[in-house]
Amino acid sequence: MTCRECDEFLSDYLAGELPAEVVTTFETHLSRCRNCVTYMEQYRETILAGKRACEAGAADAPPEMPEELIRAILAARKTIQ
Amino acid sequence: MEESETDLLARLRTGEEAAFEDLVRRYSPRLLAVARRIVGTEEDARDVIQDAFLSAFRNLSRFHGDAKLSTWLHRIVVNGALMKLRTRRRKPEESIEPLLPAFLSDGHYAERFSSWNERADLSLSRSETREMVRRRIDELPDSFRTVLLLRDIEGMDTEETARLLDTTPNAVKIRLHRARQALRTLLAPHFSRGEL
Repeated sequence: MTCRECDEFLSDYLAGELPAEVVTTFETHLSRCRNCVTYMEQYRETILAGKRACEAGAADAPPEMPEELIRAILAARKTIQ
Repeated sequence: MEESETDLLARLRTGEEAAFEDLVRRYSPRLLAVARRIVGTEEDARDVIQDAFLSAFRNLSRFHGDAKLSTWLHRIVVNGALMKLRTRRRKPEESIEPLLPAFLSDGHYAERFSSWNERADLSLSRSETREMVRRRIDELPDSFRTVLLLRDIEGMDTEETARLLDTTPNAVKIRLHRARQALRTLLAPHFSRGEL
């Protein structure tokens, strides 16, 4: 398996969706290729970074629901029969 | 103590005026954040939220409690936000290719990767790092950004994402992988320097 092939299997590998026989070949490649291991670590940290950055959105900028928008929604509701 | 969804739903079904206001006040801040992430502008996000709640009010009788009320509202907002993106005047999308890893003819990566100086999970305890990551996500081309948001952030599965984006599950998987690769490239300068 080359680094290019390893790269294409990365997402499925991390999701646990790679067929067992490919996992063996994939992990054999990783055991011999420090560059792919580093890339995989960064890929994994990237996923985590996205999740944490957006999950924490509320703490960074408390979502404010403008009062006028709430009023507009409730007023529009009254027109729905 | 917060009222249970079941109790709130029961009040909504009786048409109690205060229940509609409780629903909007309880769920709208989080839903507004979801809409902002997808459509990118405050004005469009507000339109999406308003339309989503009106759609929910109209279709309340069809909600049978198969999912949680919050999950049902979340789907309505995501759907509305994606529709807003589609109807927006579109400029040609920039290629994601320059952000993907390059390979040598023998299949090796063209670049030698060095471990990031600071682990991303540790630096993400800082709000400026989280803000930086959100800005980098916003830089992704729309068709990749939306897949990343739906799959990695909003927690939707491949099939549901494919249905919402009117594409195939395989296309979603490929786009998600490309989006993550591109985001890695965009984050690398920040985490390599360890300055955030």
